[in-house]
Amino acid sequence: MIHFVLLISRQGKVRLTKWYSPYSQKERTKVIRELGGVILSRGPKLCNFVDWRGFKVVYKRYASLYFCMCIDQDDNELEVLEIIHHFVEILDRYFGSVCELDLIFNFHKAYYILDELLLAGELQESSKKTVARLIAAQDSLVETAKEQASSISNIIAQATK
Amino acid sequence: MSMHGMRGLSVFISEIRNCQNKEQERLRIDKELGNVRNRFKNEKGLTPYEKKKYVWKMLYIYMLGYDVDFGHMETVSLISAPKYPEKQVGYIVTSCLLNENHDFLRLAINTVRNDIIGRNETFQCLALTMVGNIGGREFAESLAPDVQKLLLSSSCRPLVRKKAALCLLRLYRKNPDIVNVDGWADRMAQLLDERDLGVLTSSMSLLVALVSNNHEVYWSCLPKCVKILERLARNQDVPQEYTYYGIPSPWLQVKTMRALQYFPTIEDPNTRRTLFEVLQRILMGTDVVKNVNKNNASHAVLFEALALVMHLDAEKEMMSQCVALLGKFIAVREPNIRYLGLENMTRMLMVTDVQEIIKRHQAQIITSLKDPDVSIRRRALDLLYGMCDVTNAKDIVEELLQYLSSADFTMREELSLKAAILAEKFAPDLSWYVDVILQLIDKAGDFISDDIWFRVVQFVTNNDDLQPYAAAKVKEYLDKSAVHETMVKVSAYILGEYSHLLARRPGCSPKEIFSLLHEKLPTVSTTTIPILLSAYAKILMHTQPPDQELQSQIWSIFNKYESCIDAEIQQRAVEYLALCQRGAALMDILAEMPKFPERKSSLIKRTEYSEGDTAEQSAIKLRAQQQTSNALVVTDQHPANGATSPVPVGQLSLVKVPSMMTTENDTSTDHPLSQQNGALSNVDPQPPSADLLSDILGPLAIEGPPGATVQSEHNAVSGLEGGSDAADGSAIVPVDEQTNTVQPIGNIAERFHALCLKDSGVLYEDPYIQIGIKAEWRGHHGRLVLFLGNKNTAPLVSVQAIILPPAHLKVELSLVPDTIPPRAQVQCPLEVVNLRPSRDMAVLDFSYKFGTNMVNVKLRLPATLNKFLQPIQVPAEEFFSQWRSLSGPPLKLQEVIRGIRPMPLPEMANLLNSFRIMNCPGLDPNPNNLVASTTFYSESRPAMLCLVRIETDPADRTQLRMTLASGDPTLTFELKEFIKEQLISIPTAPQSPAPPAAQPTPQIPPNDPAAILAGLLS
Repeated sequence: MIHFVLLISRQGKVRLTKWYSPYSQKERTKVIRELGGVILSRGPKLCNFVDWRGFKVVYKRYASLYFCMCIDQDDNELEVLEIIHHFVEILDRYFGSVCELDLIFNFHKAYYILDELLLAGELQESSKKTVARLIAAQDSLVETAKEQASSISNIIAQATK
Repeated sequence: MSMHGMRGLSVFISEIRNCQNKEQERLRIDKELGNVRNRFKNEKGLTPYEKKKYVWKMLYIYMLGYDVDFGHMETVSLISAPKYPEKQVGYIVTSCLLNENHDFLRLAINTVRNDIIGRNETFQCLALTMVGNIGGREFAESLAPDVQKLLLSSSCRPLVRKKAALCLLRLYRKNPDIVNVDGWADRMAQLLDERDLGVLTSSMSLLVALVSNNHEVYWSCLPKCVKILERLARNQDVPQEYTYYGIPSPWLQVKTMRALQYFPTIEDPNTRRTLFEVLQRILMGTDVVKNVNKNNASHAVLFEALALVMHLDAEKEMMSQCVALLGKFIAVREPNIRYLGLENMTRMLMVTDVQEIIKRHQAQIITSLKDPDVSIRRRALDLLYGMCDVTNAKDIVEELLQYLSSADFTMREELSLKAAILAEKFAPDLSWYVDVILQLIDKAGDFISDDIWFRVVQFVTNNDDLQPYAAAKVKEYLDKSAVHETMVKVSAYILGEYSHLLARRPGCSPKEIFSLLHEKLPTVSTTTIPILLSAYAKILMHTQPPDQELQSQIWSIFNKYESCIDAEIQQRAVEYLALCQRGAALMDILAEMPKFPERKSSLIKRTEYSEGDTAEQSAIKLRAQQQTSNALVVTDQHPANGATSPVPVGQLSLVKVPSMMTTENDTSTDHPLSQQNGALSNVDPQPPSADLLSDILGPLAIEGPPGATVQSEHNAVSGLEGGSDAADGSAIVPVDEQTNTVQPIGNIAERFHALCLKDSGVLYEDPYIQIGIKAEWRGHHGRLVLFLGNKNTAPLVSVQAIILPPAHLKVELSLVPDTIPPRAQVQCPLEVVNLRPSRDMAVLDFSYKFGTNMVNVKLRLPATLNKFLQPIQVPAEEFFSQWRSLSGPPLKLQEVIRGIRPMPLPEMANLLNSFRIMNCPGLDPNPNNLVASTTFYSESRPAMLCLVRIETDPADRTQLRMTLASGDPTLTFELKEFIKEQLISIPTAPQSPAPPAAQPTPQIPPNDPAAILAGLLS
C-alpha cells in the first residue's frame, strides 16, 4: 500500500502531504525533512526508486516539483510510478497544463483530486475521464450552494429593507 | 474548469510567498494563527464561508511545517455542517490534519455514520473517503456492517461502491474480524464479476488484503481472478477510458496477479493452463518502446508476471526464460529496469533453484556494483550477497573488498558486514578468511563493528594451525605506516597470544614485536590501551629465557599507568605489575586463552534480527511471514475449535513442535533409526538416478508388483519402531478402527529416492491425501514445506504429524492443523539444521482419520547427507595439496567395494554430480579413475572440503576402490558409506561379499564418532 504521498518543490517546500498510515505530527515533520534531503540530492538520470527505512520511495520530478510515494518493500514500483504520472495527467487536465503555482494557490483542489484517485493507500480509479467527471460534479455542487446562499441573502436583504 | 477561489486564502498565500526570509514568514504566520484563533473563539459571528477559509489557512500553515495545535474542534465540527461545501472541507481537512489516534475523531463517529447510511450519495462519498483514509479501530467496529452493505448494494452507483470497497479494506486492516461473517467469501467472489472497472480495481485491492491473510476461504475467487486477467491481457471488453497508453488497466492486471500469488498452487488444470498462457504472452510479448509511460506500465505488468511465475514454480523452461529476461534487464540503459532486474533476481534466488543460471550473470552484477546510482548499487550488493556460495565466494568477496574503498559512506558498514559474513560462511580455508577480515579492517576500519574483529579472534583462538599465520599477517599490517585503531586491537590480541610462535622468524623477536606494538600506543584511545597492556604482559611471559631489558621496559610502562585516570587501564597496570613480580603465577594466569565455545556467529545473528536492514532481508522476512501465516491461518480458520484469534498481520509466530516432545522419544528412536539405516541399505531398490521416470521404469519396478514393494518397505519402516509401536498404536486407535487399511498410491521408497535428488515432489499419496514437499537448502540450513492436500470432499480429521529427528538434525515443524478442510491444501513449513555428519534420517510420523479409517504412515524425510553438500570445483594445485595434507585414517579412508551396480564411468560421474559431489575432470591422469570434490555444511563447523577418488577396473565393473578425505573423521566415514550405499546394487544372494569395514557399522551408536573410529580401527 501507499503509506504517504508527498509533493515537494526543488527548494524543499512542501506542496501537498497525505498520510495513509498513522504518523504523529513529529514523525511527519521528520519524514519530510529526511526524505526531502535524500530525494532532492539525487542527480538526474538515476532510477526513480530509493530505499528508505525499510520502505521504498518511488518519486518522479515534473518541472520544479517532486512527486513522492512511499510503499512497502515488495510492492510493484513501476505500478506506483505510473500512479504518479496518472495523477499528474489528471491535474494537468484539470488545471490546463498544470504548474507549481496552480498547486500552491489551489492546493485544496489537489487534495480533492487526490481523494478521487487514491483511497486507503490504494488506487481507487484508473479512468481519467471518471475522475474528471467526479471533480466537475463536486465543483458544480459547490457553485450551486454558493448561488443559493447569495440568492437567499439577497432575499433576506430585500425583505429587511 | 471552475475556480471558485477564496480571495482571502489567495491573498494570504501570496503574502507568505512574498516574505523575504524565514523570519518574516514566521511572523506573518504567527499573526495569521493569532487571527484565526481569535475568530474561532467567538464562533457565532463566523459565516460558513469564513470558517471554511480559516480551516484551509490552517491546513496551508500546517503543510508549511508549522505546528497548528488548535482549531481541530472547529475543523471536525464542519463535518456536521448541513451544506456540501462546508461538509466537504470539514472532511478533507480533518483527514489531513488528524490521524486515527486523535480523540476528536470519536466526536465525529455518529455524524459520519449518519452520512454513510443516509440517502445523500455525495455525503456518503465524503464520509467513506475520510474513514478510508484515517478510520481507526473504533470506526471499524461501528461502521463495518454499513460499509459492507454499501459495497454489496445493487442500488448504489459505482462511485460509492468503489469507495466502500477501499474503506472496508482500511477497516479490515484495523480489525480483521470485521469480514469474518458467514458467506463473505461468496460475496467477495460475486464482486469479482463486477462490470465497472473502478469498482473491480478497488475490490481487487480488498481481495489482495484478504487472501494475503487467509487464502483458504477464497478459493472460489481464484478462477475468477484468472478470468479477469485473461480478459485484460487479451484486451477483451475493456472500455477505452480504462486503457493506459494502450494497455488495459495495468494496475488491475498487477493487482490481480498479486492476489494470485497468495494461493499456494492452482490445482485445476484448465485454470492453470489458461493462466500460464497469459503469463507466457506477457513474458514474451513485452517489448521496450520509446514512450516511457507505456514502457513503465507494460513492465510493471511484466515484473508482476515474473513474480507470479516464480511463485507458481513453473516448469524449468519458463523459469530459465525468466532468468534470461532478468539477465537482459540488468544490462539495459534504463535505470529503473536495471534496478528491478537486480531486485527480482534477488527474489528469484530465494524462491527457486536457479542459482546456477543466475551465476552466469555474475560479471554484469559486479558491474552494477559500480553503477552511478546508489539505489542500484544497493540492489547489486544484496544480490551478490544472496547468490554467494563456496564456488564464487572468493570472487565476490574480492569484489566487495575492492568496492569498499570507493563505496558511499552510508553503505560501508553494511558492505563490510556482508563481506565479513560471506567470508566466514563460505571460506574455502580459514587463512583466506583471516586475510579478508584484516583487509576489511585495513580498508574500512571505521565501519567495522567490534563483532567482526571479535569473531576473527575467536576463529584464530580455536584453530591452532591458523595462529602463526594470523600472527605473521597482523604483523605485516602493523609494519605499514598508517594503521587503524581496530587493527591495533586485533594485532595486540593476536600478537600477545601467538607472537611467540613466530619468534624464530626475522623481525619477530619478542622485543621487536613489543616495540612494534608500543609505537602505536600514543595514537590509540583509552579503550585500546588495556588490550595493549595485556599483550605486553603476554609477550613478557612468553619470552623465555627472560630478557631483562624488555622486562624493565614493560615494567616501567605498567608503572606509568598505575596512576592512570581510566579505571580499566589502571587496574590492568597494577595487576600485571604485581603478577610479573611473582614469576610462576604469571605463567598460570596469563596462559593462552582457552578455546571459545562454538556458537552461531553473532554477525549472522545480527543480520537476521536487524530490522529492515536491506531489501533482501526484509523480503526474506516477508516471505517467511507469508509462509508462517499460511500455516497458522489454517488453524485459525476453524471457529469450531474456539473463537478465531485476531492475529495481527506480520506478528504471526511460529508454533513449533517443541523439541522436548521428540527428546522423549529420542532414546527409543535413536537406536531403531540406526537399525533402520542398516535396513535401508538393503532395501534400497537401486541407486537413485536423476530422472524420476527411469526410477519408475527401472528394473525393480518391473520385477515385482509395486504394491508388494510398498508393503514391504512400509513394514520395514514402521516395524523399526519395534514393539513400542504396536503399543502406541493401540493406545491411540479405538478398537473398531482399523489402522492402515489404506493403500498408498505409488512406491513410497521410489518417491523418497527421487526426492533425495530433487527438491520438490510428492512424498506420499493415498486415496485421501497427498503429501508434497518442497525444499530449499542453504549451507547447513534446510527449509522444507510440507503440502498436505486433502483430496476429498469431506474433511480429514485428527491430523497429526510428528517428526522423529535423528540426533544430528534439529528439526522444527510448524503447527499442523488438526483438520484439513475438504479439497484444501495446508502448508507446514519445516526448518532443518544439520549439526554434524550422519546418514541417519528424519522420519515423519503422520496420521489422520478419514471416516473410520485411521491411517498412520512413517515416512523418511529427504533431509539426507547430500542435501548439506555444496559442489565445489577445486583447482588442481589446491586439490593435491589438500589431498596430501589429509594423509591417512581417520581423515582419509580407503576401501575396496565390491558388488557395484555396473555402470560406465560418465554415468557414475553424473550420479555423484546429482548428489552435489562435483566431478573434477582432468585431475587424475588415469581415464579409469574419477576425482570429485564437495563441501559439507554443518552447524558445528565451518564448511568442510571433501575429496573423493574412485579407481575403477575396466575389466571388472562390479568393483572399485574408493578413497575419501576430509578434515573430519566422522564426515569422511559417513560420506564414504553414503556414496557406497548409492553405488552398491542390491545384494542378490545373502553371501554376497560384504565389505569388511561395513560390518561393524550397524552396532555402532550413530552419534559417537569415537566409537565409529574404534570400529574402523578394529
